[in-house]
Amino acid sequence: MELYTLIVLTLAATMRVATPLLLAAIAGMFSERSGVVDLGLEGKMLGAAFAAAAVSAATGSAWAGLGAGIGVSVLLALVIAFATVTQRGNQVVAAMAVNIMVAGLGPTLALAWFNLGGQTPQLDGPGQRFTALVWPGADAAGQHPFPGLLYAQLLSGHNLLVYVAAALVPLSAWVLFRTRFGLRLRAVGENPSAVDTAGISVTGLRYQAIVISGVLCGVAGTYLSTAASAGFTRDMTAGKGYLALAALIFGKWKPYPTLGACLLFAFTDALASRLQGVDLPVVGVIPVQAILALPYVLTVLLLAGFVGKAVAPAAIGVPYAKEK
Amino acid sequence: MSAAGKLPRWAELALLPLINLVVALLLSGVVVRLLGESPWTAFKLLASGAIGSQEGIGYTLYYATNFMFTGLAVAVAYHAGLFNIGGEGQAYIGGLGSGLVALWLGDRAPFLVVLPLAILAGAAFGAAWALIPAWLQARCGSHIVITTIMFNFIAASLMTYLLVNVLIKPGQQSPESREFGANAFMPAAHEVLARVGVTFTASPLNLAFVLAVAAAALVWVLVWRTRWGYALRVAGQNQAAAVYAGISPPRIIVQAMLLSGALAGCLGLNELLGSQHRILIDFPGGAGFVGIAVALMGRNHPVGIFASAVLFGALAQGGSQLSFDLPKINRDMVVVIQGLVILFCGALENVFRAPLAGLFSRFGPADAKDAG
Amino acid sequence: MSVERPSPTPSAAPAPSLELRAIDKRFGSVHANRAISFSVARGSVHGLVGENGAGKSTLMNIVYGFHRADSGEIWVNGRRVDVGSPQDAIAAGIGMVHQHFMLVENFTVLENVILGVEGGRLLAGGLARARTELEKLARDYALDVPLDTVVSELPVGLQQRVEILKALYRRAEILILDEPTAVLTPQEADALFQMLRRLRDEGKSVVLVTHKLREIMAITDRVTVMRQGAVVGEVATATTSPRELAEKMVGRAVLLRVEKTPAHPGETLLAVRDLEVRDRLGVVRVKGVSFAVRAGEIVGIAGVSGNGQSELLEALAGIRFPTRGSIMLQQHDLVREHLGPRERRALGLAHVPEDRLRLGVVASFSAEDNAILGYHDRADCNRGGLLNRAAIRTACAGKMAAHDVRPPLPGLRLSAFSGGNQQKLVLAREIDVDPRVLLIGQPTRGVDIGAIEFIHRKLIALRDAGKALLIVSVELDEILGLADRILVMNGGEIVGEVAREQATEETLGLMMAGVKGEGAA
Repeated sequence: MELYTLIVLTLAATMRVATPLLLAAIAGMFSERSGVVDLGLEGKMLGAAFAAAAVSAATGSAWAGLGAGIGVSVLLALVIAFATVTQRGNQVVAAMAVNIMVAGLGPTLALAWFNLGGQTPQLDGPGQRFTALVWPGADAAGQHPFPGLLYAQLLSGHNLLVYVAAALVPLSAWVLFRTRFGLRLRAVGENPSAVDTAGISVTGLRYQAIVISGVLCGVAGTYLSTAASAGFTRDMTAGKGYLALAALIFGKWKPYPTLGACLLFAFTDALASRLQGVDLPVVGVIPVQAILALPYVLTVLLLAGFVGKAVAPAAIGVPYAKEK
Repeated sequence: MSAAGKLPRWAELALLPLINLVVALLLSGVVVRLLGESPWTAFKLLASGAIGSQEGIGYTLYYATNFMFTGLAVAVAYHAGLFNIGGEGQAYIGGLGSGLVALWLGDRAPFLVVLPLAILAGAAFGAAWALIPAWLQARCGSHIVITTIMFNFIAASLMTYLLVNVLIKPGQQSPESREFGANAFMPAAHEVLARVGVTFTASPLNLAFVLAVAAAALVWVLVWRTRWGYALRVAGQNQAAAVYAGISPPRIIVQAMLLSGALAGCLGLNELLGSQHRILIDFPGGAGFVGIAVALMGRNHPVGIFASAVLFGALAQGGSQLSFDLPKINRDMVVVIQGLVILFCGALENVFRAPLAGLFSRFGPADAKDAG
Repeated sequence: MSVERPSPTPSAAPAPSLELRAIDKRFGSVHANRAISFSVARGSVHGLVGENGAGKSTLMNIVYGFHRADSGEIWVNGRRVDVGSPQDAIAAGIGMVHQHFMLVENFTVLENVILGVEGGRLLAGGLARARTELEKLARDYALDVPLDTVVSELPVGLQQRVEILKALYRRAEILILDEPTAVLTPQEADALFQMLRRLRDEGKSVVLVTHKLREIMAITDRVTVMRQGAVVGEVATATTSPRELAEKMVGRAVLLRVEKTPAHPGETLLAVRDLEVRDRLGVVRVKGVSFAVRAGEIVGIAGVSGNGQSELLEALAGIRFPTRGSIMLQQHDLVREHLGPRERRALGLAHVPEDRLRLGVVASFSAEDNAILGYHDRADCNRGGLLNRAAIRTACAGKMAAHDVRPPLPGLRLSAFSGGNQQKLVLAREIDVDPRVLLIGQPTRGVDIGAIEFIHRKLIALRDAGKALLIVSVELDEILGLADRILVMNGGEIVGEVAREQATEETLGLMMAGVKGEGAA
């Protein structure tokens, strides 16, 4: 009984931890399917997290924060698009530039605007955060272990953005495999010349894909600063963008497997948090740093074991230039 | 659309990076304005902080020393066709190696014994931290960019654990080791200069600067003047041709990353043995990432890396001056500028190439090569 | 796309299907097209010939909207059209089959065909409509292709059909084919020509871009010859000859045949037994091949590209390791002893790779750095642990002089040399070490006619000096011109061996298509 509750609560935590990863991974899926490496997930999320927290703090509206988060993330995405698609610059370098710039810019602006040592003010006013939505009857149902607790903890009790992320998986699968845009997107990541000779603009497609990535990263960043926590702190993405990218790679650039990879990461994370300070048999108390490092170690292990088999979009990382 | 804008060599190597740098600085000025400060004042403060005094110059070169090590690390990997973003973690772990030698021998062996061992340990620890990403890349071509980033995070966790639980000086709150023995201190520049009768204001500038310059020279010889460097560059430019030539790309990948990690690992010589005299949390302070900017700006050539490392050293020193004098600006502003420099010198380097090439072909020597 | 007044051509004659007027295009300092004009009559096959680099591809890319001309006009059916993108070209009824197919490899045939003309935001409806129409097109033109097969699983001949279907599905009236037979057997090429004739008879116009004069003679009605970016002649095919066309292409008299004396083969220098090579995915590419090459002979391997020749060559050179069999060279079994390219070079095996830019050179390096590729470990390149720069430069200058590499500048970037001069430099590098056995893939791919003569003469001189040469080429003419003995590969096997005297294009062609010849190994 005790164990059962623990498992359900861990699964609920998994969903919350998975949300920003999933949003970012699906964002990366659009960009990478179009042939543009999306290492900029980290920077776009961080920028959005700052913008969302700052605007929400200033206006008192989480929705305004969401708008700002998306806006800033799209702006950063456009910088990357201009550098990599229009100017055919190195995609990894462009993304790292944005990531580093944003890592500095957030705390810099936060200090100048709020004077709180590089953070945004605590979001504690009504409507400043995306808070948990309690579904009808959830409180009552939570009293009954099965299936009531599942309903109360897993279906109900999350904020709106968690549901958005969940809905995004079937939606993106549908877009990718059932629509004209999806067909062209998949084609441009495999063979941009084929798309170009078919009379479709490679540049246009890649810009669209990168902007979609910007929008979704905006939601992910907003989630971090206005839903998962109550404000922006320095480096609050802590590598989630890179983890999302790794999840996308395990997921072989497909929506459902990517969801699986994100849940795996999130579950390890949630489980590790539960184990913090617990005296386990054989190993004893695991140091907190080991728990913090777990997702990164897991990423390396999974990349080492699986990536040989994953086939990336053929044209990924290569700027498109017409041949003479 | 003229695809191949050809520039004279000097313009390609000096003028174009300079233009890109100026644009990045102008945009930084816009950010300063956004913060509600005057860009011109900020620039003057920055310049005077960096080169306005002997102390400032000392600090500038001291920071430049870190950036030379990490910039060379990025460059060596780059010539092998690899993007090593793990300089930060390699410098962190490498510093641990140098620091352990200093803790161990600093008060019981002469400096001339400590120094080579500290260099070796720093290089070996840094190289070891690069080995696993390198091996994964060599074995299955797995994403070295992601694995090196992950190793930065893992290094941070590991070092925090070690400093909090193992290396911490007993009875102390902040996670720092005890101070090294004095025999592990790098000779400071002002002391050495005083001995030959030159007065120089005290600064953390130390012997490691000379070591960094020597490392730059060594990298130049290795990469451009040895058969190993030749093989490295072939593998970096064209893996298939390397295989054809009997060069093993996996072996080159591992060797290049080991050298890269070793170079980054030497940062502790400057930062710990040269200045802090103890191991402390997050001592690389982002120098691993600055190395990317330094290498890009310096065109991955040791001479360019020296120049751009000094420039970024000035930026770092001037930036801390800035955060002292202007309350609305903190040291993160320097990170913003670094990001902008990477953007303009790296990803957007082509923006000004075509217009510049146009100018050169119009005003330069007559374009007589009309016949195909 | 803008449409202007009708063409001012005399009223009696119908307007040409496609007409180019004074098309001019520069890339930087390269004048790729100089005031090119020609016209293609409706219902005709028009040939466009010229050497590599003559500007044919640039011109066709302009017609297809891939590049924009600096000046000049394109007229279609008597109306001026502004072709600024492939979209405009498609709308004007122009279709193009590129030399390198523009197909998405992991898409099905159907998905490839509808890409860009999906007919709606959702795929389902468009796919169904396309299926019906494609089945009709396939019947009308005998263009059967399995619509639901993934393209990468189709043989190249069928992939080419997909490209043609793409153009027809977009209602192309003018079909441009760029070197369409490079990947086909002679018989497949005949089938293609058959189909092009049918298209012509249906009133469509075909532009055939090629450097193979035989094809021009076989199928075209008129032919335009280009040289150095300009049109140097346009004639009715019936009134000209291959020799005349070749001279126009090159600008001087050329030898179409290489002159050589009979071979006098000596001892066996390279012996291959039961060699099996697999690719990265484990697919068997070379299936138990055995043959020998003797001193003083040239053995040619003929075959349509993709039938295992490349893998065989790479296995011999040590770039791939075979899964079975032996390669004997100087009493060493290269397979059993697991010798790599470096050790094989030391045993006197030199290799001029098929795909020069991919394998044989580093385009961003200088000529002198390329001239030591694979030999950079040797004593003459090094002194005291460092590369001996002065010696490397002197040696490169010597090679350039001996092989007529122009310009003779060792410090120049390799990419600044023409294809022919790059190939001569690679050849110089591999010959200069005085090998016993020389492997050469596609000796003259991307090389202009002048350099082809030079290279062919060199190869025959090497043979006469007692070297063993193994040549892989997809150009039958080249194999027939150079080889003393010809092996034909199909599907990873050697399906026949013929002495040069007995070989004809027809017999070789049949073997290339998989019909076993007599005396098959």
